[in-house]
Amino acid sequence: MNAKELIARRIAREVKDGFYVNLGIGLPTMIASYLPAGVDVVFQSENGMLGVGPPPDEAHTDPDLVNAGKQPVTELPGCSYFGSDESFAMIRGGHMDMSVLGAMQVDELGNLANWMIPGKMVKGMGGAMDLVAGARRVIVAMEHQTKEGESKILKQCTLPLTGMRVVHDIVTELGWISVTKDGLVLAEIAEGVDPADVQKKTEARLIISPQLRTMAVV
Amino acid sequence: MNKVVASADVAVADIAAGSTIMLGGFGLCGIPENLIAALVKRRITGLHTISNNMGVDGFGMGLMLEAGMIASHIGSYVGENRKLEKMVISGELNLTLVPQGTLAERIRAGGAGIPAFYTPTGLGTMVAEGKETRKIGERTYVLETALHADVALVKAWKGDRLGNLVYRRTARNFNPAMATAAKMTIAEVEELVEPGELDPDQIVTPGIYVKRLVVGERYVKPVESKFIKAQQAGGAA
Repeated sequence: MNAKELIARRIAREVKDGFYVNLGIGLPTMIASYLPAGVDVVFQSENGMLGVGPPPDEAHTDPDLVNAGKQPVTELPGCSYFGSDESFAMIRGGHMDMSVLGAMQVDELGNLANWMIPGKMVKGMGGAMDLVAGARRVIVAMEHQTKEGESKILKQCTLPLTGMRVVHDIVTELGWISVTKDGLVLAEIAEGVDPADVQKKTEARLIISPQLRTMAVV
Repeated sequence: MNKVVASADVAVADIAAGSTIMLGGFGLCGIPENLIAALVKRRITGLHTISNNMGVDGFGMGLMLEAGMIASHIGSYVGENRKLEKMVISGELNLTLVPQGTLAERIRAGGAGIPAFYTPTGLGTMVAEGKETRKIGERTYVLETALHADVALVKAWKGDRLGNLVYRRTARNFNPAMATAAKMTIAEVEELVEPGELDPDQIVTPGIYVKRLVVGERYVKPVESKFIKAQQAGGAA
């Protein structure tokens, strides 16, 4: 199992029956494939849909039916459509149980940076700032370090923020880290990983939970 | 009452250079592609556009960009335009990025007579810089102002000559909000139906917001993710 699949499988366990969930583009989208049996979840796409289904085959592609990544999707029974203003009213209004998105940096206060690198072309924040400001629970799904081996979990974000004090949990291939008022708590650790090793790969200070568990995946 | 005009060319014939124009669509989904094509033929310049995205190289608003028609743009994501990057860096085009939900609500507010509103989105980030903030209850919010336009170009699925519109699936997106926020809303539809044929309970945009309506001559409707992939494959060959 590669790092991304491990992360997606762990977060899938956190999605409860009856949840309304928005999944970001990329790794978070994979979570939909790993939901435990019997967990009935409605996925929202911020371009105006509740009840997003899996991608269609080529013959059933409908250009009027895409997700926020502009990829073709399908309808599930009971789905609904609405305009962008209503879509973000439901996001901002606290109606989403969970939002999962990627990050470039997260810090000890739960600040999130994932939309811009100064000096590089800025593509835009899309709906990320609204999602982190409005969802009841914000989970960051990302690989623990950059490709260059630098920590992405910092004492303080250095990149421009997407949201201030918005992240509740961080899930990486090494473990589950919760943002608490005391700081970052390593609550779960991936099988075969040493907590000291996680700290070594993390710039921010980690509090090792006295109830540290092995990170179970589905 | 008959708001139907003969063609997309006629519908956009009097849009002035320097106008502020809202364009519906999310990526290439639900964009007014016939009205954009007609506008591109006119080559008017100095336009101030408001749209979530900016098309892609070679389609949708990308064509307006390539024709040098756009002076400034307000949107939330413009990642699919290589031409845009050069224009922003050279200062040819003034780009303002706005969180998508804030953009949608600023447009909705514009159409609803609400001059400004407080939102939690963007607090403590660059988008809140220079803006008024206010603590209401336990949270602090950022003041955002309404957006208006001279013209809104929107795309619906079906419409009647009174301007009543219904949309199809995720092609709805920004279109209904934009239809309310401009002095002149021009709608293009795939199908014109008789008044009474649209179920009044299902109408999303009531005709009061729409000044002109045109049946789109031709729809390409590219799926953006596939369009870009095909382009890249073509470019590499």
